[in-house]
Amino acid sequence: MTGEQIIFLIVALSTLGSALMVVTTRNLIHAALWLVSTLFAVAVIYTLLNAGFLAVVQVVVYIGAIAILFIFAVMLTRKDLRDSGPQMNPNWWLGALLAGMVFAGLAFLLQGWNGLSKTAADLPSGFDAVSLLGDKLTSPNAYVLPFEVASVLLLAALVGAVYIAFNKK
Amino acid sequence: MNFWNDPLKVAAVWLEGIFTGWGMDAVLAHVLVVFLGVFLLITILMVLDIFLVWIERKVVARFQDRIGPNRLGPYGLMQPFADIIKLIIKEDTTPDGADKVVYNLAPILSMMSVLILWAIVPLAPVMLGVDLNVGVLFLIAAGAIGTLSIIMAGWSSNNKFAMIGGFRQVAVMVAFEVPMLTMLMIPTMFAGSMDMNVIIQSQNIWYFILSPLGALIFLIAAIAELGRAPFDLAEGESELVAGFNIEYSGMKFGMFYAGELLHAFTFGGFWAILFFGGYRFLGLEQVSPFLAILILVIKAMIGYWVIMWVKYTMMRIRIDQMLGFNWKFLTPLSFALLLMTALMNTLLRGADVWLYITGMFLSNVVVGWIALEIARAAAGKERKRIEGPKKAVEAHH
Repeated sequence: MTGEQIIFLIVALSTLGSALMVVTTRNLIHAALWLVSTLFAVAVIYTLLNAGFLAVVQVVVYIGAIAILFIFAVMLTRKDLRDSGPQMNPNWWLGALLAGMVFAGLAFLLQGWNGLSKTAADLPSGFDAVSLLGDKLTSPNAYVLPFEVASVLLLAALVGAVYIAFNKK
Repeated sequence: MNFWNDPLKVAAVWLEGIFTGWGMDAVLAHVLVVFLGVFLLITILMVLDIFLVWIERKVVARFQDRIGPNRLGPYGLMQPFADIIKLIIKEDTTPDGADKVVYNLAPILSMMSVLILWAIVPLAPVMLGVDLNVGVLFLIAAGAIGTLSIIMAGWSSNNKFAMIGGFRQVAVMVAFEVPMLTMLMIPTMFAGSMDMNVIIQSQNIWYFILSPLGALIFLIAAIAELGRAPFDLAEGESELVAGFNIEYSGMKFGMFYAGELLHAFTFGGFWAILFFGGYRFLGLEQVSPFLAILILVIKAMIGYWVIMWVKYTMMRIRIDQMLGFNWKFLTPLSFALLLMTALMNTLLRGADVWLYITGMFLSNVVVGWIALEIARAAAGKERKRIEGPKKAVEAHH
């Protein structure tokens, strides 16, 4: 086993472990902090895949903004931070069944795929993924339309949030 | 390749030779050498941090017309060591009802969020931790971890003062991240890269000259990110006693304190790197990497001094003033400046160097002047709104 594989296994296990803690812990703040740990581990996986830009954006957006927002929302809306209700709803068996089936289906599909035992080729030197991504996002021949549509959607969400919070006198 | 031209590489090759000579695996030896390099950098930074305590105390004393520490050692240089011994032998308290794991993790994360920044600081042309092509964003990502550490400290202490302080600090940090990120785009735009080393290499003209307003807004946002005066409402001694770190004692408090000082020094360094050419000064950085480090440290110290200067001469602002200043003034101004800089940069790309410099500088002045005029008109209106009825009452008497 190469060093990279060992690191991947450790990171993948910590991602899954923290994700499990998010849904099982009773304390909501602890759940949010475990979520931060999960998101951070995902960022490490991006780094292992040579996607440094995605890794940093993952930390900035998910930990720096979304997780902090979660923590704020929990702190400001809950008096008792302990969740006392049942952790499962009556449909738990259906969810478990679906998850099991998806896993089995994916495992079945990937059985014949030979990519699992391959190691990734090294990137050519001077390969600049960031400027390539930037070009693709702003080029009319590539993804400028989806990019703009997404930004208009986000702007609409922003305006909506301001409208809801606006105090009409 | 000799020691004076590339000391780190020479030392690394030498050490790796020794390790593999002992029969160690080549990959393992490499990992070990890299680990030792990181360990060395962190050790130097922590030792530097000890002296930053002395520098901070001396400078604040001068600003307040005092002498500062002067008893222990020459010029009081041994004072920080006495402080450290005091912090270490203090009782380590944990408040009742505190969330122990989170409570103990917060100071470590706070220190870590500062130390991690040094991974991308180019100390010299050949000496840098990682040549990250998203260095500028990394700066913001490390700030996100700092924000997290403060909210963890505030919440886990089980103290209302700590909680309010934590909330305030996070409000400041989340708010000022917007103008900071916008201003980080300006050096990125000039250099055509987010890589710190490329940004330094392309500064034949300091970006401070091309974008003085951008440098100023970055400094303001950095001071807010540090939680220093005039944005130190998270500490607010008169209202919150000490803010988010109120329940911490001994070295755990020391971690927050030392982290804050090192953070200020680090942001002084980033100010120098992004707008004042980093380790470059009249070609001296080509002579020796050691000279380059010296130049960077001097520039970072000057930046740190400016941050202290602001801290010890300004008074604290209220949270509503802070939010209004950021969202109604600084954020729109930074967006306008970014648009203006992008436009001018494209228009003047092929022009003569002097025309380019003058054009960029003047466009900054114009944007700043318009912003100040708008702010003045708004302030005048606000003053009239508040003072108007009062005058009427006075006339009545």
